[in-house]
Amino acid sequence: MQDSKSGIKGSDQKLNVTTIPYVITGKDVIAWIANKMKTTVEGLAAQVFGNMLVAYGYIYPLQNHKKLVMCNDNTLYRFQTPYFWPTQKWVAEDSDYAIYLAKRNIRKKGMLEPYEQAHYNHLHKWLNHKWDFIVMQATEQYKAGKERKKPDRVVFDCQERAYWMINRPPRRTHSAMDCGPDRLIDPSVEEKITFDQYRRMNIFYQQAIMRSKVKSSVSLGALVKYVTTYKNHDAFLAPCLPSNPWQTDSDAYWNLNMRRVDVPTKMRVERWSFSLFELLTDLRGRDDFKIFLKKEFSGENLAFWEAAEELKWGTASSMKTKAETIFKTFLAPGAPRWINIDGRTMGLTVKGLEHPHRYVLEAAQTHVFLLMKKDTFFRYLKSPVYKDIQKKALNPEPHNFSPAQLEQNAQSRGPGIHPIILWQQEEEEKAKAAAASAPVDVKAMMSKIDRKK
Amino acid sequence: MNPFISPLIPEMATQEVQLNETLAHLKTESETLKSKLEEERAKLHDVELHQVAEKVEGLGQFVMKTRRTLKGHGNKVLCMDWCKDKRRIVSSSQDGKVIVWDAFTTNKEHAVTMPCTWVMACAYAPSGCAVACGGLDNKCSVYPLSLDKNENLAAKKKSVAMHTNYLSACSFTNSDMQILTSSGDGTCALWDVESGQLLQSFHGHAADVLCLDLAPSETGNTFVSGGCDKKANVWDMRSGQCIQSFETHESDINSVRYYPSGDAFASGSDDATCRLYDLRADREVAIYSKESIIFGVSSVDFSLSGRLLFGGYNDYTINVWDVLKGTRVSILFGHENRVSTLRVSPDGTAFCTGSWDHTLRVRAICSLI
Repeated sequence: MQDSKSGIKGSDQKLNVTTIPYVITGKDVIAWIANKMKTTVEGLAAQVFGNMLVAYGYIYPLQNHKKLVMCNDNTLYRFQTPYFWPTQKWVAEDSDYAIYLAKRNIRKKGMLEPYEQAHYNHLHKWLNHKWDFIVMQATEQYKAGKERKKPDRVVFDCQERAYWMINRPPRRTHSAMDCGPDRLIDPSVEEKITFDQYRRMNIFYQQAIMRSKVKSSVSLGALVKYVTTYKNHDAFLAPCLPSNPWQTDSDAYWNLNMRRVDVPTKMRVERWSFSLFELLTDLRGRDDFKIFLKKEFSGENLAFWEAAEELKWGTASSMKTKAETIFKTFLAPGAPRWINIDGRTMGLTVKGLEHPHRYVLEAAQTHVFLLMKKDTFFRYLKSPVYKDIQKKALNPEPHNFSPAQLEQNAQSRGPGIHPIILWQQEEEEKAKAAAASAPVDVKAMMSKIDRKK
Repeated sequence: MNPFISPLIPEMATQEVQLNETLAHLKTESETLKSKLEEERAKLHDVELHQVAEKVEGLGQFVMKTRRTLKGHGNKVLCMDWCKDKRRIVSSSQDGKVIVWDAFTTNKEHAVTMPCTWVMACAYAPSGCAVACGGLDNKCSVYPLSLDKNENLAAKKKSVAMHTNYLSACSFTNSDMQILTSSGDGTCALWDVESGQLLQSFHGHAADVLCLDLAPSETGNTFVSGGCDKKANVWDMRSGQCIQSFETHESDINSVRYYPSGDAFASGSDDATCRLYDLRADREVAIYSKESIIFGVSSVDFSLSGRLLFGGYNDYTINVWDVLKGTRVSILFGHENRVSTLRVSPDGTAFCTGSWDHTLRVRAICSLI
C-alpha cells in the first residue's frame, strides 16, 4: 500500500504552519483496496476493510482524530509508523501512558483533554510509587523531541497521539483494540490426555461409526425441500400480509395472528399442513386439531401427549404427582382415557413409573406422536374440519399506506397486550378446558343418580 | 523408552512400561477410529449442497433497513433475546444492566442492574413473564417480570445456575421451568428453575463453552454447543452424553444455531467463517466465507425458511448468506463497533443486532424486488 509506485498516491499537506508529508485521502485508500480486492459488492467490502485499518491504528486520521473510521471522501489520513503497529505485540502499559501524558504536561500545561486529565489523575494516584521514574522518562523524551526538526516532531506527535487514541480511546470512540474477558482455558496448551479420556473417546468414535448416517443427497435434498416449503412464509423472501409491522408500523399482522383468534389467516392454516409439529406448536392449530379429534372420539392420544410434555418440562417437584395422574388417567387398566399403545411400550412405561423421572414417558410419547403423525394428522388434513377452516380463513389485503398514513402509524404505535396478561388469560383458559374435558367419573355419576332416586 | 526406570525394582518397571504401552496403544486406536469415522462419513458424501441447490431459484437484490435503533445501554451490548410475542426483547450489557424493551414502540419496560459486569448471557422465558441472565458472576439468575413499573425486580430475583466460571450463554427450554446454561468452565448444564437443582451436566468440551442452542424438533431432547476447543457438540439432554461432534473450525466457535427443521445447524467462529453441519449425514456441508472477510463472526441466525443466514461480525458489519448457494447476498452497515449478538424475531419479520457501540438495531426487509 505504501509503495511509491503502486501504492496509494500521497501528497504533502499543510497543517497549521507545518507541511506534513505523505498524506492520503480516504477515498483514495478505499479505491485502492477495492481495486486490489476485486470485490463485486461495489467497494462496500473495501469500506469495511478501510474502517478496520483505522480502527486498529494502521492508518490514522489527521484532522478529526477521534473518529476511527475510513471516510470515503477527501478526509485526510496517514500511515502509522510500524513502530506503533499493534502487531508489534507490546502491550500499551499504563506506565507508558503516564509517561506520554506527563510529557504533554511538561510541554504545555493544560493541554490535556478532560478524559486525559481524568486518566492522568488516576495514574498519578496508582503509579505514585513510580512517579519520579515516570517524570524522568517524560522529561528525557521531551528533550529528545526538542532535538528533532519541527516537521519530524509534528509528524511524530500525530503518530503518537493516534497510537494512544487506539489504546486508550475516549468514551465515544470505538477502537478495535477493545476486547472482552479472556478465555479461561487455553485450548492450545497440550493437555496430557489420560487413559480414561482415550477410552471414552474411543467409545464415542465407535458409536459414531455405528450410528446410521444418511446419504448427502438425501439429507441435503431435505434441507432444500424445507426452504422451498417455507419460502412464502419467510418475511425476508415474500411479503407479509397485510404488511410487515416493522416496515409500516401497523401491528395488524400480529393482531390477525394472535393465539386465540376466531378466524386464522390463510397463511397460518397452510402452515399447519406442513407437519404435525407445526400444527401442534401453533396452539390455535392444536385447538383446531382437538375439534377434529373430538369428532372422531380419539382425543386421548393428544391429551396424553400434552400431559407427557407437561411432565417433561415441568418443575422437578411436580413430577411425582403428575406421573401418578397420568398413570391413572391414561395407562392404568380401565383408565378413563386409556391410550392404545403396544404391549411392550406399555410394559416398559408402567415399570418406569414405579420410579418416575422426567423422561419416563418418552417411549410412550414417541409412539403416540408417531401414530398421530402417520395416521391421524393426514386424516385431519382431509377432514371437513380442516377444509372448513381453510375456507373461512382470512386473506388480508396488502396494506397500501400513503406517506402521511405511515407517519400516522409511526405516531400511534401502541404497546399491545402485555405478555404477562396474555399468559394469565391463557392459564385461565387452560384451567377451564381441563375442567370441562375431565373424564367423566362414571361411578360418581351413577351414585349421584342413585342418590337422586 | 524411559531411560530412568530403576533396574532395582524390575516389577514396577515392567508395570510402568506396560502402562505407557497401553496408553500409546489407546492413542493409536483413537487415531485409527477417528480416520475410520471420516471414511464412513465420506462414503455417503455423494453430492455438494450447492449442486443440490442448482435447481433452486437465485435470490434477488436485498435492501434491508434499520427500523429501530434502541439506545439506552451505557456500555457494550453483549447479548439479546426475543420474547415470543415477536416484539419485545431483553438485552444485557457490560456494565451489568439488563433491559427489557418493547422494540416496536422502543419503550424501555423494565431495567435491572446485575451485581456483576459483563452480563454475557440473557434469555426471555417462553411465557414472557420472566428473563434470565448471567455473566462474570458465574451464575444464571431468573427475574420474574411485573406489570407494575415501579416494582423492584431485583427483590424477586432467583439464583438458578452455579458454575465455577463465567456464564457464556443461557436458554429456557420449552417452559419457564428449566434453563440450559454454558460456561467458561467448559461445561453445559440443565437446571430446574424452581429449586435451583442441577438436573444434568454435560462434560466433553476441552475449553470454555461459548454458545448453545436447543433443537426445534418434535422430541426436543437435544442441543448443540460450541466452544474454544473449536468443537461443536450435539448433546442428548436425557443422558448427558455427547452424541455427535464436529471439529472443522480453525478457532473459537462463538455462536451456534439450529436450522429451522432441526436437521442441521450453523456455527460462527473467530476464524471468520460460518459453517453448516448436516446432522443426518454427520458432516460439515458448507462453508460461508470470503477472502475479504478476515474478522471473526460473533453470532449467527437463520431466517424463517432457512434460506438466509445472518452473521454478525467483529468488523462492525452483518453479512447475509444464501444458505443453499453458499454466496453472500448482502453486507449491512450501521453499527460503530463489533456486532456482538444477532437474533431473528420469532415470526421471522425482522432481526435484531446488539453491538459494542451500546445500541441495538432492528432491521427488516425494505422492499422486495
